[in-house]
Amino acid sequence: MASMVDDDPRIIEFDVRTDEMLVNMGPQHPSTHGVLRLVLRTDGEVVSEVEPHIGYLHRCAEKIGENLTHRQFIPYTDRMDYLAAMNMNLGWALVVEKLMKYQVSEKARHLRVLITELNRIGSHLVGMGAYGLDLGTFSPFLYAFREREKILDLFEEACGARLTYSYITVGGLTADLPPGWLQRCEAFLGQFEPIIKEYHALLTTNAIFVKRTANIGVMSPDLAIEYGCSGPVLRGSGVDQDMRRDGEAIYTAMYEGYAFEVAVMKDGQYPRDREYPAVPADAVLGDCWHRFFVRMLEVVQSMDLVRQAMDRYSACNGPLGEPLKLTEKMPAGDAYLETECPKGQMGFYIVSDGSAIPWRARARSSSFSNLAVAHELCRGCLIADVPAIVGSLDIVMGEIDR
Amino acid sequence: MRGPGFLEQLEEALPGAVVGRNLEAIDPWVEVASERIDDVCRWLATSSPVRFDSLQCITAVDWCEPDPKKAAKVSWQPHLEMVYHLWSTPTRVSLVVKTNLPRWKADVPGQPPEIPSVCGVWRGANWHEREVYDLSGVWFTGHPDLRRILCPEDWEGFPLRKDYEMPLDYHGIRGK
Repeated sequence: MASMVDDDPRIIEFDVRTDEMLVNMGPQHPSTHGVLRLVLRTDGEVVSEVEPHIGYLHRCAEKIGENLTHRQFIPYTDRMDYLAAMNMNLGWALVVEKLMKYQVSEKARHLRVLITELNRIGSHLVGMGAYGLDLGTFSPFLYAFREREKILDLFEEACGARLTYSYITVGGLTADLPPGWLQRCEAFLGQFEPIIKEYHALLTTNAIFVKRTANIGVMSPDLAIEYGCSGPVLRGSGVDQDMRRDGEAIYTAMYEGYAFEVAVMKDGQYPRDREYPAVPADAVLGDCWHRFFVRMLEVVQSMDLVRQAMDRYSACNGPLGEPLKLTEKMPAGDAYLETECPKGQMGFYIVSDGSAIPWRARARSSSFSNLAVAHELCRGCLIADVPAIVGSLDIVMGEIDR
Repeated sequence: MRGPGFLEQLEEALPGAVVGRNLEAIDPWVEVASERIDDVCRWLATSSPVRFDSLQCITAVDWCEPDPKKAAKVSWQPHLEMVYHLWSTPTRVSLVVKTNLPRWKADVPGQPPEIPSVCGVWRGANWHEREVYDLSGVWFTGHPDLRRILCPEDWEGFPLRKDYEMPLDYHGIRGK
């Protein structure tokens, strides 16, 4: 027993009676991933309560959605999760298509899979690099951005933008891929694949990284589900759910015929389709390390999906199809759809009164729910663990504040 | 939602709570009495044969047409519609629960209508209800900490109401 007391810094802290103090963290703090403000109630080094304050990036996206036609809203979805704008475009495009019972062409379907999975890689790279920054290591960030840059170059060639694409739109995509794009994408994947080993060496198996993340911020599956957490945050707790497989027909039909295994620990094992580093002995299912590791597995999974999509896309002979007209009327009614975005399940809800302008445009953000759980995870942790926990949720403020 | 008898079981457990339904809609929905939303949600989350263990989203839709010319043509009475999107993780089934509220409490503009909070059923409802209160102006009774979440604390009005007017001045910042 005595040795346990010596090892656990918290017990020593409780021994020394200190005053309670409110510490303000953010909104302009480098490790809060945007303009997030956390108010920490601390007793010495131990945090007893964390209260996130959000809304610094609120841009009235839902109100704007009530004043534009469905397709005009696409650029505003770009600005929600600006690290995965393709996935956001897709979410809105699909919910409008669900309401209109519209089906895109086979070629557009495969191109959508291709481009959103590529964006997933880009988003997870930022998540990984920024997480390294949160924990005090700078180099993974540079490595991650070096590779992401190439993805952005590919996007720029396809649609002209590097961050806010508006590429996927209601009824299809705004343009087809330029000639030679697939070869350049394949070249990128071929060059990127061996680099993932470096990432694992830099972070995943790094002793300091493991010490900072293993057994920190452990979230039980029940807690994650009750808070509506989704994406890698949910799967990091061992809940086997991925909207690409479990979602609604209009979304899962996109991935029909694609082979992928949901990145989640089942029976104490992660999918063994490749060589991955072993789970460190200290890591507990649901902790920061597992959330991080799920993202790393998804990078490889998305690479496979991009390759599969490239094959299918180039085998399609039919036309890509034209997007719907800006003023195309929608039937009266409502539809809700969640898609699997890199950060989690992004839900869009559209209510229509029969015109081309939505009566109500609602965005249910995954980061919003994922951040709402932070105060539960941070209770009783050390101040230094707060960035580790919040960083492991991989939130993006544009999506939370909308 | 799927499976016969589900709604009957809900009606049996909570007589009179279900007041409408549309099972042919794109997302089939059930309409319940607003004052019993917490009972219904608790039953759905704990006692129902399909356990809806996760709340995905709460939305308030303001059915109000501020333009009198257009308002004469609409088929509905002004009201506020609350939409709850639920999800069952074990069975991967979703459910939409709707309920109607008056636009204002006792028809006094500016007074948010009241509805029981579902924070006691899913803790994740806390922020969603704060957001609905902030933007659409619905007062959730029994919410542990109901205050604005996205707008500043001293903001006036509820922006997602259709008759909302943008303030012309906020602490010296011009609105137009």
